[in-house]
Amino acid sequence: MAMDKKIFTTPIIKANPITVLVLGICSALAVTVKLEPAIVMGISVTLVTGLSSFLISLIRKTIPNRIRIIVQLVVVAMFVILISEFLKAYVYDVSKQLSVYVGLIITNCIIMGRIEAFGLTEKPLPSLVDGLANGLGYGLILVIIAFFRELIGSGSIFGAQIIPQSWYEAGYMNNGLFIMPPMALILIGCLIWIQRSFQKDDDKK
Amino acid sequence: MDTNKNTYTVIYTIVLVAVVATILAVVSIGLKPRQQENIKVEKQMNILNCDNLATDAKTVSDRNSYVQSEFDKYITEALIVNCKGEVTGTFNEKIGDCEAFKIATADQFDIMRKMDGTADQAAKEALAKDIQLPVFICNNPDGTKHYILSGYGAGLWGPIWTYIAVKEDGKIAGALFDHESETPGLGGEIVTDKFRSQFNDKVVMENGEIVPITVVKGGAKNPNEIDALSGATITSKAVEKMIADWMALYKPYLQKISGSKAQPAAEPADADNKEDNQTPKTE
Repeated sequence: MAMDKKIFTTPIIKANPITVLVLGICSALAVTVKLEPAIVMGISVTLVTGLSSFLISLIRKTIPNRIRIIVQLVVVAMFVILISEFLKAYVYDVSKQLSVYVGLIITNCIIMGRIEAFGLTEKPLPSLVDGLANGLGYGLILVIIAFFRELIGSGSIFGAQIIPQSWYEAGYMNNGLFIMPPMALILIGCLIWIQRSFQKDDDKK
Repeated sequence: MDTNKNTYTVIYTIVLVAVVATILAVVSIGLKPRQQENIKVEKQMNILNCDNLATDAKTVSDRNSYVQSEFDKYITEALIVNCKGEVTGTFNEKIGDCEAFKIATADQFDIMRKMDGTADQAAKEALAKDIQLPVFICNNPDGTKHYILSGYGAGLWGPIWTYIAVKEDGKIAGALFDHESETPGLGGEIVTDKFRSQFNDKVVMENGEIVPITVVKGGAKNPNEIDALSGATITSKAVEKMIADWMALYKPYLQKISGSKAQPAAEPADADNKEDNQTPKTE
């Protein structure tokens, strides 16, 4: 596949890893209570998918086929640990909020999925772009879900109170359900529903 | 080259792992000082914040040096206290690096758990000897002395911990809570100012006895009650138990402080660890 715009644009909406491929759901439920960790998570996953796809693609011809999954795993794990160490050193607050989920990036199916499907067979640069785009598509969904969960569940955006105090005095209450993971799953379902109703032609294949 | 040969595969694996391990080791060593600095500054910030000092630390651009200088300004002394209320170590300089600062409350909590687990009185007392309690003495801007105590306990999903600033009259000047993995928005709300400000001016010690602080559902009515977090009963109760447990440990020391100031005839200070677990277990 030649370098064209499609590699970058397709994964963001049309073949979005969460809403279309339905990968990486677990972390989408876990880190979307507030916007800030969701964004950092999105950036981290983007970096990991991009860089590991790139590196695997660079060495793809040398990897013994029988142990390719292990090799992929080692490379992904290396990037995840690097990201985790840098977060701890430079944005300690956020790394505390993400706690175990940074380490769990390694289990995110999107990463291994893209390496298997793309990085292992394509040239390094397209692989990098493909990985980054998939990470961005994932991050986009995370941010959308986190926006609604933080707004309705905590009444704030980026930790700043948005719902005025007078509303609470008038009887408005934060919806506790939005803080719980099940609501995130319902939101993802809604997003998939909305997207499918606009992308009907794709399903008829 | 045939990449499917066994020898190739083995050598490939070894080289790959060696390269990756080297990269990780170098980065880890390189970033370690920064990470440890972050952890230390966070602890200093928590200690100051619990006494409502350095409250703008979250917004200043150079947090590390700001927190350091505020810490050195207000925290004038750190002590290590044992269960009998005796001071076993005093530190007046470089408190951010002293032994009292480095005490891991998690380790003390482990000892407490072991004590709970054994019925043998002698074994309990032997374990109690190992407990080290950190006390930070803060010279508050208003001229009074505050004693900052620590605490550590089990929340719903993971550990929770606290710093409590106690005034000489046995009242709380301020408290701060933090957690590792409580549910965000529910148990995680123990970090909010709304929750922790409820502890201001609550009484921990009166007439030489620990006064329990209770966390209740549906609105605090009595003087020493705290309104529990809605939807987070277990975490709220864990806070209550943590404070009860640690105040029982600090009791002899607190008696000394208040005894020396308020009432000369302090009651006999025997560390009574048997009764410190009267709060019902909720899990």
